Amino acid sequence: MSGPDLVVLVKPTPDITKVKFDVETGRVDRGSAELEINPFDLYALELAVRLRESLGGRVIALAMAPPHAEKALRDAIARGADRAILLSDPKFAGADTLATSYTLALAVREIGNFRLILCGEKSVDGDTGQVGPEVAEHLGIPHAAFVQSVVDFDDKSITVEADFGKSYYLVRLKYPALLSISRPLALKGERLEPRIPRLSDLMRARKASVEVWQASDIPGIDLSKVGWAGSPTRVVKASYALEKGKTPMVFKSVEDGLNAILELLKSKNLL
Amino acid sequence: MGYSVITYVENIGGKVNPASLELLSKARELASARGGKVYSVLVTALENSQELKELAAFGADVLLVYKVSESQLSNYLLHAEALTRAIRRVEPAVVLVSATPWGRSVAPRVAARLGLGLTADCLDVYMDEAGDIVQVRPAFTGNLIAHIKTVTSPVMATIRPGVFPRPQPNSSRSLEAVVVEELPVQSSGLEVLGPSKEKAVSLSDASVIVAVGRGLRKREDVSLFRELARVLGGEYAVSKPLVDTGWFEKERQVGFSGNIVKPKVYFAFGISGAPQHIAGMKDSECVVAVNTDPSAPIARYSDIFVVGDMYEVAQEILEKLKAFKS
Repeated sequence: MSGPDLVVLVKPTPDITKVKFDVETGRVDRGSAELEINPFDLYALELAVRLRESLGGRVIALAMAPPHAEKALRDAIARGADRAILLSDPKFAGADTLATSYTLALAVREIGNFRLILCGEKSVDGDTGQVGPEVAEHLGIPHAAFVQSVVDFDDKSITVEADFGKSYYLVRLKYPALLSISRPLALKGERLEPRIPRLSDLMRARKASVEVWQASDIPGIDLSKVGWAGSPTRVVKASYALEKGKTPMVFKSVEDGLNAILELLKSKNLL
Repeated sequence: MGYSVITYVENIGGKVNPASLELLSKARELASARGGKVYSVLVTALENSQELKELAAFGADVLLVYKVSESQLSNYLLHAEALTRAIRRVEPAVVLVSATPWGRSVAPRVAARLGLGLTADCLDVYMDEAGDIVQVRPAFTGNLIAHIKTVTSPVMATIRPGVFPRPQPNSSRSLEAVVVEELPVQSSGLEVLGPSKEKAVSLSDASVIVAVGRGLRKREDVSLFRELARVLGGEYAVSKPLVDTGWFEKERQVGFSGNIVKPKVYFAFGISGAPQHIAGMKDSECVVAVNTDPSAPIARYSDIFVVGDMYEVAQEILEKLKAFKS
C-alpha cells in the first residue's frame, strides 16, 4: 500500500551493563561495545509496523551511529522495517542532541514524504529525551512526548495519550508529526510489545541492504552544525555515580533484621 | 542586559507546578553572584494576582506574562513560543526549566529553535572559578555523572524536580515589573484535548516507599505490602517486571523508565537490583532490602539487608508496627 512513510528514529546503544567509559574524558567507548537498538525505540518500531497495516507507506528505520551499528539496523529490518538508513560519517562523531537532531532532521527531509516520525522517549545511554522534540522543531512539525497510548487515528490525524506529569492528556496531532514513545505502550487499548523476529525475518534481514549515508549524501547540510563542531554542550568532567556502593548491615535472622528496621524507622520519626 | 536568569513557570491547565518554585532558589544564587535579575516566564489565560505575588515572594524580580486563550493554555507549543520570545527579549545568561515531562517537551523545542545547547535532567548547576556555568547530570541510566559546559548563550538546562530546595517565601518582596504580552493564535497542527486521567499516585512525593519486585508471587499478594505502606504513611511501588506483566500501572513503577524517587526510607522487597531499578532509587536516604539471595546487587545500595522471605519479613514488620501503635 502506498502512502507517506513512517520514519522510526532508532539509536544503536551499547548494553549499559557492559559498556566501558573513559572517566578521564567523559567519553563512552562506543568503538568496542556491541550496539543494539535502544529498548525504548523498539516500541516505536513496533508501533510503526502496526500503523503501517492501516495507514500504508513504508517503515523506514533511521539511525546516526558508527559503521558497526549496521547490525542494529538489520535488527530493525528483521522487526519489520522496509528500509534502513545509517547516517555514518566521522564528521557526525561527538554530536550532542542539537547536532544529532539537526542531522536526523535533514536526513528525514531527504527521505521525503513522511506521515509520522516515531522514536523512543529517551535512550538508555544519553537519557536526555531531547532528540525527538528537537527533530520536530527543526522540521517545523508538532510533536507529543511521553506517549503511552495511541487512542485513535485516521489518514489526517492521530490522537494519543501523553504523560503531562500529574495527569495524562489526550493530544491530537495533524500529520506530519512526531511521537516519542514510552513504555508500556498501547494501541487502541491493546498492549504492544516489540515482536521477536522469526527465523525467516532474520534470513530476510541478513540479505537486505542497509543504506549508509555520509554527510555528502545529504543535500544542504551545514557542516558547522553537525558532529562535535555543531555541539554546544561539552562534557568537561565525568565520574562514576555508583562506584562507592554502600556496605549494608546484613541480617541473616529475621528477628535481628526487624529490630534494626524498627530502630531505623524510629530514627526517622516514622513510628 | 547584564547577567540575568530566566526560570520557566510550568502552568498546565492553570496550575503552577511547585517544582517551578524550586528553580527560583538556584536562579537567585546565580543571578546574585553577578548582580543580575531573575525573570520568570508564565503562560496564562488570566492574570491571577495571587500567582504574581507568590512568584515575587519566592524570588522572581520581573515576571514576563504571556497571555493565551483559555482553550490554548495546555498547548505546549505555545509555551515554547513564549519562552523563545522571553529569551530573545531578556538575553539572559541562564535559562532553567523543570525536568518534568512537560518541561522536557517544551525546552528542547526552544533550544532547537534558537540553536542552543540544552542539558537534560540536571542535579546541579554551579559557577566554576572561571565564572563558567557548569551543569551536572546523570548519564548511562544513572551510572555516570557528567559535568557539562555549554558554549552557546544562554546556558539552558532542565532541572530534576526536588534537587533544589524551595526558597523560603518572603511576602514583603514585590515584583519590579510585570510585562504582559498577548501571544498570537497560531495554527500548530496540535490540539490538546484535555486530561484523560489523573495519576493515582505521585511516588516522588512519598516519604516512605514500600517497593516489591519479582519476588511477588501473584498480584493479589500486594495487599500485604500496600498495608505496610499505609501504616508507615507511605506508598507502595513496584519494579519494572511487574509493570511489564500488566499487573500494575506505570505510575507505581520505580526505575529509569518509571519514577525516580528519593524517600526517607525505601523498602525493596524481592527486588534484585537491576541497573534500571537502581537508577530510580539510589538517592533514597535509607534503603532496606529484603531478599532470599544475599548476593543480590541491591545489597550494594542498601543500609539494611535482611536475608529472608519477603512475605515473612513484611508480615512481621507489620505486626510489630501495629503492636507499637496500639
